Amino acid sequence: MEILVLLSTPLLGAVVLALYGARRWGPDVNVAFSTVTFLAACALTARVIASGPLLLAREQFLVDAFNVFLVTLTAFVGLTTAVFSRPYMRIEVDHGRLNAAQLRLYHSMYQLFTTTMLVALTTNNLGLLWVAMEAATLSTVLLVTLYRTPASLEAGWKYFILCGVGIAQALFGTMLLYLAAERVLGHAGVTALLWTHLDAVKGQLEPTVMSLAFVFLLVGYGTKVGLAPLHNWLPDAHAEGPTPISAVLSGLLLNVAIYAIVRCKVLVEGSLRSNLPSRMLMGFGLLSVVLAAFFLWRQRDIKRLFAYSSIEHMGIITFAFGMGGPVANFAALLHMTVHSLTKSAIFFAVGHAAQKSGSQLMENIRGLVTVSPTVGWGLMLGSLAILGMPPFGVFASEFLILTTAMKQQPWATPLLLLALGVAFAAIFGKVQPMVFGETTAKRLPHPPALLPVFVHLALVLLLGLYVPPYLAGWYHDAARLIGGP
Amino acid sequence: MNALPFDLQVLNACAALLLLLSFSMLAQRRTVNLVNLLAMQGALLVVATLVVAWRTGETHLYLSALLTLALKVFVLPLLLHRMIRRLNVYWDTEQVFNPSATMLLGLLVVIFSFGLAQPISALASTATRSTLGIAIAVILLSFLAMITRRKAMSQVVSFLSMENGLFFGAMSATYGMPMVVELGVALDVLVAMLVLGVFFFQIREQFDSLDLHHLESLKEDQ
Repeated sequence: MEILVLLSTPLLGAVVLALYGARRWGPDVNVAFSTVTFLAACALTARVIASGPLLLAREQFLVDAFNVFLVTLTAFVGLTTAVFSRPYMRIEVDHGRLNAAQLRLYHSMYQLFTTTMLVALTTNNLGLLWVAMEAATLSTVLLVTLYRTPASLEAGWKYFILCGVGIAQALFGTMLLYLAAERVLGHAGVTALLWTHLDAVKGQLEPTVMSLAFVFLLVGYGTKVGLAPLHNWLPDAHAEGPTPISAVLSGLLLNVAIYAIVRCKVLVEGSLRSNLPSRMLMGFGLLSVVLAAFFLWRQRDIKRLFAYSSIEHMGIITFAFGMGGPVANFAALLHMTVHSLTKSAIFFAVGHAAQKSGSQLMENIRGLVTVSPTVGWGLMLGSLAILGMPPFGVFASEFLILTTAMKQQPWATPLLLLALGVAFAAIFGKVQPMVFGETTAKRLPHPPALLPVFVHLALVLLLGLYVPPYLAGWYHDAARLIGGP
Repeated sequence: MNALPFDLQVLNACAALLLLLSFSMLAQRRTVNLVNLLAMQGALLVVATLVVAWRTGETHLYLSALLTLALKVFVLPLLLHRMIRRLNVYWDTEQVFNPSATMLLGLLVVIFSFGLAQPISALASTATRSTLGIAIAVILLSFLAMITRRKAMSQVVSFLSMENGLFFGAMSATYGMPMVVELGVALDVLVAMLVLGVFFFQIREQFDSLDLHHLESLKEDQ
């Protein structure tokens, strides 16, 4: 029941907003649909806490410890981003950057995108997972090109082709998985792609096919995570689309793609009884962290800067899942949560900062604190949080990941520390003059919605100081589920 | 040497023709012909699906053949032809490498694919092992075509041909994917085409052409 509401509300929202999204109350309706979705997610969570994992709709949907917190997180950030986009999009319309049709497209696709992510998270069928991931790309392509500028068209084309080709590899991987499963489960055709069934027989799946399948799945979904060297689309898509979309792409879509990889990793590892998948995850993760940290230096566009920071953090998470084991998995899950909250908060602040200065180039954004202390401090605190300053939650998760790495993979620790140091210097050095210093910024026609920024940062702070016991229990359950060497 | 049963011979013939079509797509310079070749690939997929369906007696494969017929032989080529007419993009002569070099690369790709298919086809439960190598070859050849083409339209056709290769792979390694998944994939492909249609018009409106060298200004240091 809850899951029906959870998945059908945003879908209904997409239809309603496709018709009326350009009305004056369009943004409010968008928020209303996101609120209902969030409430449904909360109800679902309550039910899973009370009665354990759920299998629904003839086993097509699975809600367990691993995905239920991601569902809630997705619905929550979806809601706060809708709240943020209410004044943001109105300002864009006032500035003449968008017309009514584009606004309708934006609202409708925003809800559709939420639907695809929720389907991808809750489905038990690995084929449907693929379908939902591809649909998530398709629903955001036209949002990346929303402004119709040459740069945004280029970004959209890159996004479409790179993610399309990438995800085609994942389809081949899914097919190989099906081939391996069919030999054990029989080609009844219905159960052989269900994750729960595969998980039950993972020890009997043919290792050669499974390892080949994992390579394709990792490359395919890894393109969507933005793992280096497959990350090329990510900074462009983040920089050229409207800011609320950057926030959800970075905060949510990347998480969903990682979720897909980890689900597959559990199966493959069970079949191979070797650490090949772990090593591949660690390799890709580490490469992304290091590469992204050094690219941070060269950025001049503020949204590209934080897009590269997302690649870096996705690398850290992938590396942690690669190490595996209860502590590293716990840390990776915590990092997924805090990164998602912090990064979307930063994008909210960045969006209003760019609107005030009329430019996304960092050299044109100066002295935010004098014009709007809330935007300035939001950006400053968000940057400190994402850089892993205590007492924010990112510090806790990065600390856990680093200490585990020292114990299990000592060779990787210097590289991780180096990358974190470089990232710190790059981001802090660029954000500081934007927040303080002389200003040229102007007032905005609608008061910006900064509540989401501070709600997110407060949550990240809370997670850094104290992880509530039921949440910790959840993370532990999920970490056990993911397992590892 | 034992003669293969008739249905398998048909399937092998389909596979061989599919490979041939992929090579001609690699060499073809008229976009209209490219789309026609794509439609022929679709038709071969329909035949292959019907043969497998008849051989295994799985009813859902007949449905899948019908879906392929509608989507890949009629709807997509029609959409593409309409786009070509409206956007006036009939030729794509510009290639990154010269045509003979591209063909030679294609040959290497095929050899590589057969090597890659070896361990999987040893396991494939169907009697259609030899076709799996070809499926992988079609996927990689389309990939090659995407790399060597400069025009958006031919890249898209290559992309769809890659999807055909994947579909043929699914057919030859397993008896096709479950119906839910197949429907979902078909829906995604259709939506992708519609999105692309919108997208092409946006690109043309902005640059007056569908040449991709306009889309190369975003570099790392910007």
